[in-house]
Amino acid sequence: MIREFGWIDVFYLVAAARWTIALTVAAFIGGGIVGVVMAVLRVSGIAPLRWFAFLYVQVVQGTPLLVLLFLFFFGLAIVGLPVLPWIAVALAFSVYGGAFLGEIWRGALQAIPKTQWEAGSALGLSFTEQLRYIIVPQAVRVAIPPTVGFLVQLIKNTSLAATIGFVELTREAQLTTASTFQPFAAYMIVALLYFLLCFPLTQWSRHLERKINVAA
Amino acid sequence: MSLLEIENVTKTYDALTVLTDVSLLVETGEIIAIIGRSGSGKSTLLRCINGLESIQAGRIVIDGVEVNDPGTDLRKLRQQVGIVFQGFNLFPHLSVCRNITLAPTVTKGIAEADARELAREALVSVGLEDKIDAYPDQLSGGQQQRVAIARSLAMQPKLMLFDEITSALDPELTGEVLRVLEEMSRTGMTMVLVTHEMGFARRFGSRVVFMHEGRVWEQGPAADTLGKPKTKELETFLNAVLH
Ligand SMILES: Nc1ncnc2c1ncn2[C@@H]1O[C@H](COP(=O)(O)OP(=O)(O)OP(=O)(O)O)[C@@H](O)[C@H]1O
Ligand SMILES: [Mg+2]
Repeated sequence: MIREFGWIDVFYLVAAARWTIALTVAAFIGGGIVGVVMAVLRVSGIAPLRWFAFLYVQVVQGTPLLVLLFLFFFGLAIVGLPVLPWIAVALAFSVYGGAFLGEIWRGALQAIPKTQWEAGSALGLSFTEQLRYIIVPQAVRVAIPPTVGFLVQLIKNTSLAATIGFVELTREAQLTTASTFQPFAAYMIVALLYFLLCFPLTQWSRHLERKINVAA
Repeated sequence: MSLLEIENVTKTYDALTVLTDVSLLVETGEIIAIIGRSGSGKSTLLRCINGLESIQAGRIVIDGVEVNDPGTDLRKLRQQVGIVFQGFNLFPHLSVCRNITLAPTVTKGIAEADARELAREALVSVGLEDKIDAYPDQLSGGQQQRVAIARSLAMQPKLMLFDEITSALDPELTGEVLRVLEEMSRTGMTMVLVTHEMGFARRFGSRVVFMHEGRVWEQGPAADTLGKPKTKELETFLNAVLH
């Protein structure tokens, strides 16, 4: 049965956007944790840890996100760990986000001159104290724009979760189109919703940058 | 026992030997001026003294503690050895006060309020107490370097190392930094400074050490060594810097 495209469809799309937000938040938290670890390993003084983090980032960045999703969803089931789609998606996005955020944050940490580390160690601060009080506060400034840029990509990439049965924004639009035959209306609204999610982020990032530049 | 004992130290970077069999004893209260051509290993020697670089042979002992003993807590040791660099290396995101109080509060557990007093005292000794709440980029190069000195002083070190701390400054600012060093020399602080300021070395140095090709080539009382060099290399060097 083909029905008219109506307010109810808009409502469903907005409701589905909640899943897009939830996926993004989960991915950002999980990816953020992995990313912090990878970035710190990359600047640590212990060579095997640096190599491990390097390898991790290279391998994950070289793997399509779709493959990661399938790996966690179907792969874990095959080795006897059937997981909820929700968990599989959260894991896959954490692994993926961790590699990209790890690389962004490593770059930010390494953008701080070596002499800053040196001044810290000359004053008797430990590696973690140097990171915490000297390097990270300066690196945050460098990291904000690319981190937000990645977050915007992430919001859009959560649509891939549809492939393992997740009804987020893009998938909901497909479903709506199937029953209303009004792809233009449906996808215009989807585009608008993505814009409403992403635009405030980039504005907020600019605002933060400006604020930090004034404080510095 | 000398405050600083450097015995037969050799330092290499892969195939490059930067320090060869360097020995030097520094007594409490001495002011040692290290001079020498670019690349002769002056900075490297200072960095070895506080363990920023490792050495491949020999010993460095500060107040009875061996720097290169794996059992030595380098962080403890560095709290007693201040180093000031040519490029100041202040923390740009922190106020002058916090630049100075960071290490005392974090490493020694000094309370924030007491630390501010410590910072104020250190700033008085470099003539910058009115800048306590400024940020590094609001200061001139000379002022930044004085803050860097105050930051080291606030750790109450036994030994201060200075690596060409006036080289990035124009003559006027150099003067204000040298006056701070003069002031410190009166308090009896032990100092090892790499410098191109021959005038300062002559007046305040208890000894001059001339380094050449990674070795201590010649050393002696400041006035004698600068006035009557014994080696051809030092003579050549002095002619080059003084004329
Ligand atoms: N991290 C390093 N890796 C490899 N070689 C180095 C390193 N640091 C210094 N060197 C080399 O060691 C030698 C001595 O350098 P050092 O910085 O100690 O000289 P210097 O006497 O302080 O010179 P300048 O007056 O130019 O500061 C130089 O040949 C330099 O190229
Ligand atoms: Mg040097």
